Amino acid sequence: MSAPKYWREMAQRYRFEAVKCKKCGRVLFPPRLVCPACKSREFENTRINDKGTIETYTIVRIPPSQFTDEAPYPVAIVNMGDNVRVLCQVADCEPEELKIGMPVRLEFRKIQQEGSSGILAYGYKCVPE
Amino acid sequence: MVGIVGYGAYIPRNRIKVEEIAKVWGADAPSYKRGLQLREKSVPSPDQDTITMSVEATKNALKRAEIDPQDIGAVYIGSESHPYAVKPSGTVLAEAIGATPDCHCADYEFACKAGSEGMFVAMSLVKAGEMKYALGIGADTSQGAPGDALEYSASAGAAAFIFGKENVLAECLYTHSWMTDTPDFWRREHQFYPSHGGRFTGEPAYFRTIMGCAKALLEKSKMKPEDFAYAVFHQPNGKFPMTVGKRIGFKTEQMEQGWLCPTLGNTYSGASPIGLTSILDVAKPGDLIFMVSYGSGAGSDGFIFKATDKLPGVQNKAVHTRAMLDSERRKYLDYGTYSKFRGKIKLRGE
Repeated sequence: MSAPKYWREMAQRYRFEAVKCKKCGRVLFPPRLVCPACKSREFENTRINDKGTIETYTIVRIPPSQFTDEAPYPVAIVNMGDNVRVLCQVADCEPEELKIGMPVRLEFRKIQQEGSSGILAYGYKCVPE
Repeated sequence: MVGIVGYGAYIPRNRIKVEEIAKVWGADAPSYKRGLQLREKSVPSPDQDTITMSVEATKNALKRAEIDPQDIGAVYIGSESHPYAVKPSGTVLAEAIGATPDCHCADYEFACKAGSEGMFVAMSLVKAGEMKYALGIGADTSQGAPGDALEYSASAGAAAFIFGKENVLAECLYTHSWMTDTPDFWRREHQFYPSHGGRFTGEPAYFRTIMGCAKALLEKSKMKPEDFAYAVFHQPNGKFPMTVGKRIGFKTEQMEQGWLCPTLGNTYSGASPIGLTSILDVAKPGDLIFMVSYGSGAGSDGFIFKATDKLPGVQNKAVHTRAMLDSERRKYLDYGTYSKFRGKIKLRGE
């Protein structure tokens, strides 16, 4: 991940910042310029919950090189409420412990690092609640 | 009144037992357990470091402080395991909690007392009226060379303290710092593991420095050890803090609540600060708390806190430190997994 791309996404990766459509109330994470529900372009800032439930998951056993030391690791789609779903790694959880509907919370973790001299990228992973 | 308005800790889930390390190096586990008064230690996952643990500890502190992070005027992380050699840890933390951009930031280093340094400066800036709130953090993912005595104790954890003047949970009554040039433990540039002076780290370093600071703090405050409900000292192993406390005049029951090392290990910059969070979890209004950190090189920061009537109302707003330490979700690692998690195994191309 390049430093500029990482920097642009910090508000979402670090603080779960989202927007709420002023017309229909839909919460968008990450923010968009146009509401996909009502096409409005007017939003107010909000944040998504840091607690949710696992909607579905898979186990990555053959990881990309940045994640070699974490395999096997789960990746899940987590329902955060307000019609918001996030895709993230599940940390501190054995694959056999995972269940659909399992309550989790988002925790700040190192997501990846660019080789031995690139930036360290931080963001959220979910952990069992 | 100036003091702590929010506090929180973070301890990773992974543990390794002394027996597991001793088995690999042919060492006698019972003698290590007896000598160090240590049974197991915490281990960070590959995706955890000083920054991630500091953020989680600060989130717990914010739950108790219930303040707007934008009012935090300074962020100081003390650690000897900052993830970057050049680039602050504090900027990531301040961005993650929403304290940027009007914020002063510095990363501190002074071996294991870097955390209390951050607390000392944060508290002083608030006291001087320079800012409404300031944040001091002690955090480390400490390393010991494979097979070295340090490997049995070097662990991971973080503690965060928000200082302010309103809704104070624990008033800071007195502070004192005491330091000399004592080369008992060091890590040279580009070295992965620290070196130490063996037994020289004891009497002329740890004990002399902590006792020097404690004695000066007691004289300054005109207080006696029996005046305090709790005392916490730096915990490089389980034995040293109990020994130094008793030499100063404290009793076991005053030190037990903050004595986490037997099952946590030595969290370096986090050691006495995490012990303080454990005390704040149970302290009652009016309780006096005595804390002296220690950092090799060598120096100590001493604090006397007095719990206020606001403290009981926030103790359960975030997870208690002992609950994290004794969590049912602890995961015990074998030495191979521990080595992988701590980067002791070099992969092809590294």
